[in-house]
Amino acid sequence: MKKTGAQIIVECLKKEKVEIFFGIPGGVLLPTFDVIYDSPVKFVLCRHEQGAAHMADGYARATGKVGVCIATSGPGATNLATGLATAHMDSIPMVAFTGQVATHLVGNDAFQEADTTGVTRSITKHNFMVRDVKDLATTIAKAFYLARTGRKGPVLVDIPMDITRQTCEFRYPENIKMRSYNPVYKGYQQQMKKALDYITKSKKPVIYAGGGVISSNSSKELRAFADKLGIPVTLTLMGMGAYPADSDLFLGMLGMHGTYYANHAIQNSDLIIAIGARFDDRITGKIDEFAPKAKIVHIDIDPTSIGKNVIADLPVVGDAGEVLKELNKLIAKEKIKLNFKKWHEKIRKWKEEGPLTYKNDNKLRPQYVIEKIHEVTGGKAIISTEVGQNQMWAAQFYRYNYPRQLLTSGGLGTMGYGFPAAIGAQFAMPDKVVFDIAGDGSIQMNIQELSTAVQNKIPVKIAIMNNGCLGMVRQWQQMFFKKRYSGTCLKEGNPDFVKLAEAYGAVGIRVNTKKEVVPALKKALKINNVVVLDFRIEEEENVWPMVPSGKPIHEIMRGLA
Amino acid sequence: MKHTISVLVENQPGVLARIAGLFSARGYNITSLAVGETEIADISRMTIVVDGDNRILEQVTKQLNKLVDTLKVNDFTREKYIARDLALIKINCETKRRPELLEMVKVFRGKVIDLSPKAVIIEVVETEDKLKAIIENLRPFGIAEMSRTGTIAISRGKK
Repeated sequence: MKKTGAQIIVECLKKEKVEIFFGIPGGVLLPTFDVIYDSPVKFVLCRHEQGAAHMADGYARATGKVGVCIATSGPGATNLATGLATAHMDSIPMVAFTGQVATHLVGNDAFQEADTTGVTRSITKHNFMVRDVKDLATTIAKAFYLARTGRKGPVLVDIPMDITRQTCEFRYPENIKMRSYNPVYKGYQQQMKKALDYITKSKKPVIYAGGGVISSNSSKELRAFADKLGIPVTLTLMGMGAYPADSDLFLGMLGMHGTYYANHAIQNSDLIIAIGARFDDRITGKIDEFAPKAKIVHIDIDPTSIGKNVIADLPVVGDAGEVLKELNKLIAKEKIKLNFKKWHEKIRKWKEEGPLTYKNDNKLRPQYVIEKIHEVTGGKAIISTEVGQNQMWAAQFYRYNYPRQLLTSGGLGTMGYGFPAAIGAQFAMPDKVVFDIAGDGSIQMNIQELSTAVQNKIPVKIAIMNNGCLGMVRQWQQMFFKKRYSGTCLKEGNPDFVKLAEAYGAVGIRVNTKKEVVPALKKALKINNVVVLDFRIEEEENVWPMVPSGKPIHEIMRGLA
Repeated sequence: MKHTISVLVENQPGVLARIAGLFSARGYNITSLAVGETEIADISRMTIVVDGDNRILEQVTKQLNKLVDTLKVNDFTREKYIARDLALIKINCETKRRPELLEMVKVFRGKVIDLSPKAVIIEVVETEDKLKAIIENLRPFGIAEMSRTGTIAISRGKK
């Protein structure tokens, strides 16, 4: 049967088993939205396209499925850009649809026209403009295939309005094969044997794992691997939850705001086993002095990640899960048993010397709030974060024991990410508690989505660490720019967040003192609505420990703690 | 170091922008770029000549490989290959200097492809080095206009 382009778009969503998608309509999307009106796939109307993109992203991170969003041409598409770049940097599977002006107007500076494929070329894994309705279904199938395979990422499909009105026979390709795209999943057997050689010869190994472990759903394999061999594990921000925080072998996060002991373990190690991580500059600090004594085994699905920042002694190209499974098999087959007792002892000393802590006095401090959020949610909440101090405290003081528990913009560092991402995650997981740990600056970057959450009865909890300023930048100004707080003071302009929540039909709770924290959190959990918790925290609280930029990561400042 | 890189790509709109973007993102100036069809209708070959640090170029090569539309990347610098550039050179040459010019063209295995009372157009197909030499030798005659392709290259021996 012949279908219109608009019908084909929705049929494709059904074929891909998409349950929900996020977006905002517009002129060129009118035919498409007319079909969406009767569609069984749930559409969520957002208040800004950036919000829509982050919701799709949060949904994808929480579930591992492909997140889907849709925006109109021109400003709709450019508003998506930050969300696409965020997903791209963190390898999150997403498909974004954008409307485009009719084919005969493309390139004419038509009303609401933007060169969407041009604008998004470097911030998507791939993008397409559909120029013939006959190519529409195949293009969409390719977009989903590209998004969820290999190193995952966002793919954009730009569809001119006339294409949505034209008709053709609908056939959805069952299998997509692209001769120019063949991601490698299985590692070379030879390389994996060599990796085990490196491990058996080492005395001070550290596993440094990242988002790739979560993306490939292989935290079980990672746990088996580390526990079997007794190798300590440090995680990147993107990797939090890939290995349980409660394990003795866990070193916490490494890098700029990593733990004292993770950074010292890395700097003193003789072998780093990097798994699904990319030696980002926030991890390595001064790169010439990073892990000077260590050999490096680098396991990654993306060959371009290997050898980019740090030269690997042993590259292993492959999916983290496939490679770990194979390594575990080899370990069992060859009955490898190792003893790193001395090394564990050394690490234990560093843990005693520089524990992750804060000044636990009578003042309302953000670290305390986050510890209590952990407590009242039994450590089982999904946590999203904004970006800045709130993000680092959330990474440090909530203990993530499960993958897909922390949703945070690691690569791009997008303020305004956390709240819409939390909404996307809550749509996917209605039975979970979802907390957005926010700052008073970043929450205002997508606060309009309160409207989306209330309209859809999405009971996300927002914990604003309200210090009246753009805290992370202020911290750097305090430390390195003589407390000249240039452009970082928000206080006089901040809204009353409690009243603001109420204006949207949500619930607002203000918390001024430490003893109010637990009762407020418990109260919030009982409310089946969006709750905005306005924690008036110590204004000059800083994130510790910290490695100043350009320094090697063992030169870590521990602040007051 | 100078690298001659051959990239086989799906002949899709936007592919040139993607590839050029990778080089510009790393701050590389492409010395020359030639694009054309191959023996397979919907596959194009891009021959890119670029000068730069070996390690970063290796990275760029990997990134070229990663592009969804890329089928194959060869850095010819490590292989035996044949490379040619083509130049069309217009010289406003008076009749009395013509014999001298034609002699020069012959020595360098160029071809005269157009003659008019006041101008001569010469076609040269050569390696880039040789082409440089020819241009230097033609300069005294007064080069009025020149149009050059980028280098195209192909590996030697059996495919």
